[in-house]
Amino acid sequence: MARHHEGMRKERLDRGIKVRSDGVYAVGSWREMAFLLAPRLVLILGLLALPLALAQAPYWQKVLSIICIYALLAIGFDFLAHFVGLVSLGGALYIGVGAYLAALLNTELGLPVWATIPLATVLGGGVCTLLLWPCLPLRGVYFAIVSLMFPLLASRIIEALDVFGGTDGVIGVAGFPGVWVEQYLLVVCLLLILFGLRRLVNEDVGLVFRGVKDNDQAVKASGINITTFKALGVFIAASLGCLGGAILAHIYNWAGISQFALDFSIIPIAATVVGGGGTLVGPVIGCLILVPISELLRDFGTLRIAVYALILMAFIVFKSEGLMSFGARKYNQSESWVEI
Amino acid sequence: MAAARAQMSPDQAQPLLSVRGLNKTFGGVQALAEVSFEVRPGDILGVIGPNGSGKTTLVNAITGFIKLDSGRVSFQGRDITGWAPHKIVNRGLTRTFQVMRPYFSLPAFKNLIVPLFSNRARRTGGWRGGGRLGSRDTVAVDILEEIGFERESYVPYKVASSLPTGYLKRLELARCLALRPELIICDEVFSGLSMSEMASMVPLMEKLNLEGITLIMVEHRLRELFRLATRVLVMNFGAKIAEGTPEEVMADEQVKEAYFGSEEVYGYV
Repeated sequence: MARHHEGMRKERLDRGIKVRSDGVYAVGSWREMAFLLAPRLVLILGLLALPLALAQAPYWQKVLSIICIYALLAIGFDFLAHFVGLVSLGGALYIGVGAYLAALLNTELGLPVWATIPLATVLGGGVCTLLLWPCLPLRGVYFAIVSLMFPLLASRIIEALDVFGGTDGVIGVAGFPGVWVEQYLLVVCLLLILFGLRRLVNEDVGLVFRGVKDNDQAVKASGINITTFKALGVFIAASLGCLGGAILAHIYNWAGISQFALDFSIIPIAATVVGGGGTLVGPVIGCLILVPISELLRDFGTLRIAVYALILMAFIVFKSEGLMSFGARKYNQSESWVEI
Repeated sequence: MAAARAQMSPDQAQPLLSVRGLNKTFGGVQALAEVSFEVRPGDILGVIGPNGSGKTTLVNAITGFIKLDSGRVSFQGRDITGWAPHKIVNRGLTRTFQVMRPYFSLPAFKNLIVPLFSNRARRTGGWRGGGRLGSRDTVAVDILEEIGFERESYVPYKVASSLPTGYLKRLELARCLALRPELIICDEVFSGLSMSEMASMVPLMEKLNLEGITLIMVEHRLRELFRLATRVLVMNFGAKIAEGTPEEVMADEQVKEAYFGSEEVYGYV
């Protein structure tokens, strides 16, 4: 490459629009507005169109539902890890609690789907937050380990005590009225949560969250209770997972101990790494890539996990910043060869 | 400088902060040994002592950042021993950190959003605020301007990691001011400053005191401190070894010995 550009060097400059629009949104023309809106519209319209595009492929429609559920978890993970400073491996706990709550509310109390999902989301978020509350002073890997223990514990307790249907799980959970309801409920929830959280982290309260992550002593010295904010962060992340879990229970008409499976804790992290941590959109993109790859690799049989691991390693080695961070940087730069 | 102090006659005023018999050991090291003192409203109390004499531990102990082994701290007549740091701050007892702790990735004025988010700032409106808090960004820039960030320049909007030490020290003070403090415990605000930064920092501290803010200044820079302080407390090996006016303290034999062995003190001060 260098040989073709003797005496030249590659110059990368931030586009003016980036400087002008960074947090200020003083946008001057239709062209600039289109420049800002295009990526957002691609994501929104793309996600909204996916269920339609997959209408002929019921199997891939199910995959899309799973993608959305993983994406909810991954957004929660990214939010907790990069804006609150808690690395949580509790994804499986959130999914399991949400699924069991929705299933029990439906089968025991006879509540309809439109009531069980919001209830399981909020109650589940509360339950998970209470469980994790004693661990909030822990940091880094210590919080991660403890949060990983809870889903393991939960599935063993349900098995040993034979509560909530034991190993059979809670069966006979009501389904969605139709596949479109299921798909669009997930996609619309995902989009609202994504853009809502992006807004939240850029508000003043988001700066407090980031302060808790970067500089907790200074936040204490600013008269703010960091435990409250950590708990609030966990509640938000857990609620997202419980929402996914509740929907999962209604998709499969069942809640069981396999919903405490470690996949729900691990894949969101992989998706965040691939997509780009701290962007919130990145994890969604990561899920859109990783979950279908994992499905396509089913042909490899037992080698599936090995191939999957290689792909993940390649991402980490060659694009460790994540696709979203890389893409956003390129999108906001113009490149040209200039003479030295 | 005397205005704020003149309003109250020192002997009658209730102590703003009262510290009795503080003890703290780290392992076998006695970091604080029976430290007691009082601060009256409007005072500037200097705290000096050789390295490792327990000054910063004292600050951490008063502000709730470490747990005490024994002793009581009361502020405005209320016992605050064992309170969480954020609760103490919300009563108006604030502190700066010796090692500055700004949010490095944020612009200077955005650093003040966090303290302006506290209950106390919401209630009081921040420094000089008239009650309810207005736009946090505006209040933040106002506070920065008052402590020497020129509003018309880029400085209040620069990322904190690109600011020189002098501004970071001011930013630490600004965090306290955003909380509309009754008392600021300054942990070495003068250290690491250039001569010109120092020249503007001393009047700033005087100004804050004139505005009615009581100050405790933990310092190594004795020349500047003695110009400001009404009283000085000297620590060595975790214990208070002397307390009095700057002149009294300088004449104290124990102080001379702690600082300089048995050398003369005058050349340094």
